[in-house]
Amino acid sequence: MSEQRMTQDMAEELKDTSDHDLIEMHTSGEVGETLLEVDHVTLRFGGVVALNDVNFEIRRGEILGLIGPNGAGKTTCFNAMTGVYTPTEGKIRFKGKEIAGTKPHKINHLGIARTFQNIRLFPEMSALENVMVGCDARHKSSVVGVLFRTYRVRPAEDELPESGIRRSLAKVFGVSRHTLEERAGRRRSMELLRFVGIADRAHELARNLPYGYQRRLEIARALATEPELICLDEPAAGFNPAEKEDLMGLIRRIRDLGHTVLVIEHDMKLVLGVTDRIVVLEFGSKIAEGTPDEVARNPKVIAAYLGEPDDAA
Amino acid sequence: MSQILDAVRGLALGERWNHAPKVVRWAVMLLVIAFAFYLPYLNILPFAYIRTDLTASGSDWASVLFLIVVYMIVAVGLNVVIGLAGLLDLGYVGFYALGAYSVAIFGSTNSPVVQALQSRFGLSEDWAVPFAVCIPIAILVSLVAGVILGAPTLRLRGDYLAIVTLGFGEIIRITFRNLDGISNGAAGITGVPVPPGPETDGRAFFNTIDAERWYWLALAILILLIFLARRLEHSRVGRAWLAIREDEDAAAVMGVAGFKFKLWAFAIGATLGGLAGLLFGSKQQYVEPNAFMVNLSFLFVAMVVIGGSGNIFGALLGAFLLTYLPERFREFVDWRPFAFGVALVAVMILRPQGLVPSRRRAREFEDRRHEAEEAAADV
Ligand SMILES: Nc1ncnc2c1ncn2[C@@H]1O[C@H](COP(=O)(O)OP(=O)(O)OP(=O)(O)O)[C@@H](O)[C@H]1O
Ligand SMILES: [Mg+2]
Repeated sequence: MSEQRMTQDMAEELKDTSDHDLIEMHTSGEVGETLLEVDHVTLRFGGVVALNDVNFEIRRGEILGLIGPNGAGKTTCFNAMTGVYTPTEGKIRFKGKEIAGTKPHKINHLGIARTFQNIRLFPEMSALENVMVGCDARHKSSVVGVLFRTYRVRPAEDELPESGIRRSLAKVFGVSRHTLEERAGRRRSMELLRFVGIADRAHELARNLPYGYQRRLEIARALATEPELICLDEPAAGFNPAEKEDLMGLIRRIRDLGHTVLVIEHDMKLVLGVTDRIVVLEFGSKIAEGTPDEVARNPKVIAAYLGEPDDAA
Repeated sequence: MSQILDAVRGLALGERWNHAPKVVRWAVMLLVIAFAFYLPYLNILPFAYIRTDLTASGSDWASVLFLIVVYMIVAVGLNVVIGLAGLLDLGYVGFYALGAYSVAIFGSTNSPVVQALQSRFGLSEDWAVPFAVCIPIAILVSLVAGVILGAPTLRLRGDYLAIVTLGFGEIIRITFRNLDGISNGAAGITGVPVPPGPETDGRAFFNTIDAERWYWLALAILILLIFLARRLEHSRVGRAWLAIREDEDAAAVMGVAGFKFKLWAFAIGATLGGLAGLLFGSKQQYVEPNAFMVNLSFLFVAMVVIGGSGNIFGALLGAFLLTYLPERFREFVDWRPFAFGVALVAVMILRPQGLVPSRRRAREFEDRRHEAEEAAADV
């Protein structure tokens, strides 16, 4: 498909999507139940102990903050949860199922998505295509299905083409799953770009987007994989106060869609304002856990942050 | 040369093409295809100068066209592997050989395997596996070979993969040279079957004289394959390949099953290589191990790289240039390796991303060069 035609399609799609028909979430469990368990996890890199017997849980429907000074092991914790590293000791359970050692793409399919501290988009793809890669994680069409359009599905009435012959053909032979998925993926990607507020530059290459847009694009791409748990690694890094405020709103809206959110953030004010609970790491160990109020009053936490004045914003 | 290319780019053909109405695009496409089918009969001056049989020592024009198209099929397949999935395969000739040998081993009455089957099951002396059955066999053999080679090696990255595949190409050739009881060793196999067709003038429809028929057959297959390859490119499969090429680890975390899609790229590439080999062997009606030397692999990679990897039309152009030019200028046959070398070096210096690269690829290339320059500056 040519870029030109794609742009036209997109303009139309942009026109007739409303906020209501955004992502329909299929949360299966109850709010408050344990979604992910980090069970006494230790992770060593040679001599460096990046995580030392870390133990906490994430409950469905909450926004959990993971904080700590530089080098505390926050990103390492994400890496262990998303299959990038395997814990040296301990277990990680997602919805009761052991996931340590599972391949990253399988963990994604189970329902965990993440963003990266140092942005890792696909720079040569447009913003929209980046999000579509995320959508593809939930798509089923196979190489054979794409090549020969073998897998046909009966489309819903409103998914049928408008014009006469094509409509009749689609009614008789159905539509290939690939076609439907491609269409749905593009529509949903566009909606997600609108959701995070960067739809105006949907067709620009990711590499050419401004920094703030790239951060938001990472969030949209992660959301596209329909995660039950989304992990954001310093999503507000490098933002000014107004942008941070915006981002807090976005994080709340993500939770309102039905996702559980785990967020790493250095900015204490931001963390205290947006999270339901907070886990504090220092030198690889958990030093505190609790509601924002509890954590803010915890002397260990105060000490840790006073020791790192750079981060005690 | 780069000025000329810039001038061509100034015409913004790609842009114009994308902005043209659908009817115009279809019309142009049909005209190009019609012209391609007419090419063997091209006799109007000055266009006839492109023919390769103007001198007595020239090569048969239709046969050259056929070879160009067979190599274009190779280029389309190798473009999936190198251009889209970003895997450097230096043993592609192995699949080409497997395709050619499959049809020879199962379809020729002179093949040791067919003869063994004849005597084992008391079949008549002119029995062999029908051509129509040889096609799926050839496809299956090359596909399975692709999977068998890919499954353990695709976990390797970069240069290691290139080395292993290079070895694979040679292993296939040497195996066929040594397996007397299956591939008839260095002597090769004659009587490779041809596609069925109505007899004309007492000759089979696909014979050694009327090469244009072979050309038309190959061209029809090529068009179909281009159509299918583009389907892949513009699907979740193509996006997965691109994502893997750009950032394999990030892609994995986004749910892209990297290994699976790389293996698919390899298998698809292998299948197209096998198909091209099948056409080649069938037209020659003779296969021998020496037809599948390792330098053919390098030629294939050069076609994709010179033409511009990642862009199907670049790969087609590369295949055309590297097949057509040596045939057109046969007089200078002694200079061929020299000219090939100079051309390669020239392209690498003046236009390392290839003649008509995909835009993405060109930019990826620039990035890598900057990275290299920065790294060099740091030292
Ligand atoms: N791949 C690795 N190999 C060796 N050491 C590592 C590796 N990854 C992380 N580390 C070490 O583990 C420790 C924790 O690093 P991590 O990146 O998790 O910290 P962080 O809490 O995310 O810090 P920041 O706030 O700077 O992002 C650090 O000492 C780091 O040097
Ligand atoms: Mg970090």
